[in-house]
Amino acid sequence: MCVALAPGQARAGLASTRASFGCIDEGSTLTQAMAGRIVFNLLQVLVVMGFAPLAAGVLARLKEIVQSKRGPSVFQPYRDLWKFFHKDEVVSEDSSWIFRFTPYIVFVTPIFVALLIPVLTSYPLFFAFMGDMLGGGFVLALGGFFATLAAVDTANPYGPIGASRTRMVGFLAEPVFMIVFFTVSFVAGSTIPYIVQQKWVTPLANFFAPSHVLLMLAFVMLILAEGGRIPVDNPTGHFELAMIDESKSLEYSGRGFALIKWGGQMKFFVLLCIFLNVLVMPWGLAREQTLLAVLLAIPLVLFKIFCFLLVLVVVESSLAKLRLFRIVEFLGAAFITSVAAMIAQVFSP
Amino acid sequence: MSEATIQLLENLNALACGLFLLTAFGIVAMRQARGCLMLFIAQSLLLAASAALLGLRYGSGHLYGVALVNLISKPIIVPWLLRKTSPAEVYTRREIDQALNIPVTLAIALALAVFAYFLGIPLANAVGPEFRGPNVPIGIAGLLLGAFTLTVRREALPLLIGILAMENGAFLAGISIARDLAMLIELAIATDGLIIVFIMGVLVRAVQQHVGTTAVGELASLRERAAEPTAPEVLP
Repeated sequence: MCVALAPGQARAGLASTRASFGCIDEGSTLTQAMAGRIVFNLLQVLVVMGFAPLAAGVLARLKEIVQSKRGPSVFQPYRDLWKFFHKDEVVSEDSSWIFRFTPYIVFVTPIFVALLIPVLTSYPLFFAFMGDMLGGGFVLALGGFFATLAAVDTANPYGPIGASRTRMVGFLAEPVFMIVFFTVSFVAGSTIPYIVQQKWVTPLANFFAPSHVLLMLAFVMLILAEGGRIPVDNPTGHFELAMIDESKSLEYSGRGFALIKWGGQMKFFVLLCIFLNVLVMPWGLAREQTLLAVLLAIPLVLFKIFCFLLVLVVVESSLAKLRLFRIVEFLGAAFITSVAAMIAQVFSP
Repeated sequence: MSEATIQLLENLNALACGLFLLTAFGIVAMRQARGCLMLFIAQSLLLAASAALLGLRYGSGHLYGVALVNLISKPIIVPWLLRKTSPAEVYTRREIDQALNIPVTLAIALALAVFAYFLGIPLANAVGPEFRGPNVPIGIAGLLLGAFTLTVRREALPLLIGILAMENGAFLAGISIARDLAMLIELAIATDGLIIVFIMGVLVRAVQQHVGTTAVGELASLRERAAEPTAPEVLP
């Protein structure tokens, strides 16, 4: 089902990207190739923007089905966004510029990360060498940082509670991220996602290397923590005192709320893309540099995401939300898993 | 056997060993008694998988036998024996208390695992190139983590599982070193393990009947009432 890419092919891709950075006036073919790359890049961003609410809707619907309910349509998140964009926005008089600025940052940061990671193509695109996985992590963290500031800014009593809890989860998740990236760089000799993804399947036996499987496990736990999913946080809960992630956006309304919500969905989508395309395997990504191949990659990538959402639904439906101080243990387990991956890789005899 | 197949088998074996290490960590830190038992079953299945994969890799029929014995005795007979002997109250216990809190426990367990690697790799290298695999260091790590479970747990059933996890660790190292041991020895070890489980299960039941709990960590002081000349206590 999955054919390993020849390493030479990937290298050729890198070389041509560098070439397209360097000289523009070297003839129309290069310009054309560059235009193609830009189109692919735009396509990546559009896919992330367009399908992020769908992923959220499918996940919510699947959960409702598991709970023997009918649940809203999978397109409900789009309708919600449409509704919020058409509502008036209320902004507290006592809030500062941070409050008004934050929705845009939360909205834009996942788009930046989408430019850095392989969403549809297995060869590097225009901005692939602008930042590695650590850089992507920092850009995502910037959005979280501003969301925290904005939650404190309004002096709503529940905002700072949620913000400080999010920080707690964040700083416990940080070492796991670090160890995952270190292990990845041990394996692949690089943290550029386009180079990393080839290592797991060349040869195919590498897919079953213990470091790879343990990394995947650790990263699933990270996705649960960072995405505010069930063992850590209940995304459908409406009780302010128990909220972790949601309470940061309590004060937002109208367009600001829509942007924050959409940004959160895109962040989740981007995390799924990093996990499935970079850390699991590059199956389904476009290998040829044609528009048709890239368009064909869209349903395949969405299918991959759907399969992972099924796993996520099973996890979320079979676990209960942890008490706040048990989150330390959950992320401790993730840390142990990632360190076990590192030990297995570094000390492998 | 082609080069790619050998590499695939070795990677799968390494994967089974890596997951084995993970379950050993889980047995140290799991809060529920039932979860502990489940992890032990998973660990035994991984041990059997590792034995079968090594058997396939080196074409050793003996290792298939080891896998089969493990597959039957540990995941099936051990839980059945425990269920027969020890009271149901043991399984329903949640939120078991530990001598140390869980993050500290996990940190020490991690240090033990790294130590096991430093111990195991020179050992395997000294013996010969064909023993170089993850089995020896991870087996030693399983042994150490099982012993560590014995020191931090204060509940009867996880203590028992700690002993069995030690045995699993020793087995995991053993199958890569002694590939053609007499089958009799494996059977003897497996029977020994089952008898240990049986005796411990009965012991747990006796403790639970006498004291009313299986939280053996709380049984720190001796009871002196038995020394009094009155009639012996009537058991409920």
